[in-house]
Amino acid sequence: MSAVMEAPETAARTSDALVEVQGLGRIFDVSKPWLNRVIEHAPRRLLTAAADVTFAIARRETFALVGESGSGKSTVAKMVVGLIPPTTGDVIIDGVSMHEVKHAAQRRMLRRRIQMVFQDPYASLNPRWRALDIIAEPIRAFGLAQAAAETATQVGDLLRLVGLDPADGVKFPHEFSGGQRQRIAIARALASKPEFIVCDEPTSALDVSVQAQILNLMRDLQDRLGLTYLFISHNLAVVRHMANRIGVMYLGRLVEVAPAREMFAKPKHPYTRMLLDAVPDLDLTGRQRKPVEGEVPNPVNPPSGCAFHPRCPFANERCRTERPLALPSGAATVACHAIAEGRIQ
Amino acid sequence: MTTPVLSVRNLRVEFPTRRGTLTAIDEVSFDIAPGEILGVVGESGAGKSITGSAVIGLIEPPGRIAGGEVYLRGERIDRLSGEAMRKIRGKRIGMVFQDPLTSLNPLYRIGEQLIETIKTHTTLSESGARKKALALLTEVGIPAPDTRIDNYPHQFSGGMRQRVVLALALAAEPELVIADEPTTALDVSVQAQIIALLKRLCRQHGAAVMLITHDMGVIAETADRVAVMYAGRIAEVGPVRDVIKAPLHPYTKGLMGSIPSLTGESDRLVQIPGTMPRLTAIPSGCAFHPRCPRCFVPCATFRPELQAEQTSQVACWLYHPYPVTAGIAS
Repeated sequence: MSAVMEAPETAARTSDALVEVQGLGRIFDVSKPWLNRVIEHAPRRLLTAAADVTFAIARRETFALVGESGSGKSTVAKMVVGLIPPTTGDVIIDGVSMHEVKHAAQRRMLRRRIQMVFQDPYASLNPRWRALDIIAEPIRAFGLAQAAAETATQVGDLLRLVGLDPADGVKFPHEFSGGQRQRIAIARALASKPEFIVCDEPTSALDVSVQAQILNLMRDLQDRLGLTYLFISHNLAVVRHMANRIGVMYLGRLVEVAPAREMFAKPKHPYTRMLLDAVPDLDLTGRQRKPVEGEVPNPVNPPSGCAFHPRCPFANERCRTERPLALPSGAATVACHAIAEGRIQ
Repeated sequence: MTTPVLSVRNLRVEFPTRRGTLTAIDEVSFDIAPGEILGVVGESGAGKSITGSAVIGLIEPPGRIAGGEVYLRGERIDRLSGEAMRKIRGKRIGMVFQDPLTSLNPLYRIGEQLIETIKTHTTLSESGARKKALALLTEVGIPAPDTRIDNYPHQFSGGMRQRVVLALALAAEPELVIADEPTTALDVSVQAQIIALLKRLCRQHGAAVMLITHDMGVIAETADRVAVMYAGRIAEVGPVRDVIKAPLHPYTKGLMGSIPSLTGESDRLVQIPGTMPRLTAIPSGCAFHPRCPRCFVPCATFRPELQAEQTSQVACWLYHPYPVTAGIAS
């Protein structure tokens, strides 16, 4: 009975979104140790790294999360791949809830389809392993090859796919440059034949000319293999180049989600406007930037109401007391009282 | 013509190692006029930070200046003794480094650090120095400076710390400020504040600035002229607008094309094949020739010198007559 009722719903889901993130939140306990708390009468300190994060990523789409340090984008990325469990909410991959899958075998199936590329290719590759062993690890872990020879062929193909020479596989990570290491990290991520790759600041540690190589490679791979990306970055120009849709995070919450083109043409949330305004102007249009006052507040005790209100030029009494809900505004979803009330366009 | 604040001629820095001597920078020459902001860009390993360190005499041994001259207001400073150089550093040349946490002493209140700097370089008394420190903190935009002056560096956020470092650099009214990646460790919104501040302060104090960064956007916003470095040499130097809008050197062209733009519509970024050569294996001739799309006869054999071309100077055989023997040599 229940199966009959559920089936159409699952089918409907799979057709539009590969990844659905629903009300995802994570609270970290940053209190002092128990003994110190007792002696010093210190209260528990909780840090809300992410709260109420909801978005969906369609197949073959690149969804980007942007925000400054401490905005919670990496925490969301880690929860999406299951590296840290969420406090609230759920991640649904292709209709299957990540955190309700109890069966180990099923979880493995799900994990094969999700991979991650990390920021620092100097830290994410084991320095004692040869490149080919690093890339072969997912193949071995998920049993994707029958024999050693087949593993070797697959590793060779992967190296070629990311623009490296298969003969380089015997080298150790320190023998590669930063860009080449990030290619190895991408090859490893592709080794389990995933559909969905979470990239957490994949080019932040690289020089611009190398960044261009990696971004081009990632787009080529997306076209060839039909990949879906969740792309985390603080660099708005990179995000604009890569993403179809963008979510802007501030102090753990999504303040605006919009198609990339529209967000850059007409940013809605005052924070998005501020971020775009803060990007140095390479086109030398002579545009005068107005640097915004203040800095990101401490997430341990965030401001009341809308967390952005102390820095917002449009804040009023309501913004200081009542947290805005994410409401649709044109093609975007914006959490801002000023937008909802029509105080700003 | 006025004397440049800083004049660097044919500077060469070497690092002796067990496997032979590495040349980190070679034949680097540039001038900075009074009140001018010169941007120095390049990717990691291009030698931009070494150039900055060489100017202020802070090359870590065994590295050493192996050739060339550095003049501050016409006075040669690269041969000075440690003691004489220390008097110039902080007084006539201010410094701002990338990580504000490591350039401030965590064990001293920021007021003490400011007052120490001011007293070292001026004749002010303790109370005069404190007044000056307060004025500086106000000037760099630290809210409630009279209470913040007695705080320790860890009590400041990253952006506020960098403001304190700027105050320290400007404490002795230097003629030249060397800023090495001053905004790299900061978030974009704070970065914009610090750039605006740096620009305003240097204009007000009339200090010339050598701004070292890998971020072309920061250069575009701030600098008057820009020097593009590649593998220890200057590939191109010219007015910011010309270098960004109409780069001459193929490396600058590639570099500009590889930066994703906020406004342009493009599917693919221009990519330069390969990577910056290691110092142990700098190619012969023009160091960029193995990666250059326009490499031709003389490039692999002869090293191009920086020569005037339009409003800029460029080191590329495309713009200069190349030695006739090149054809025979190849």
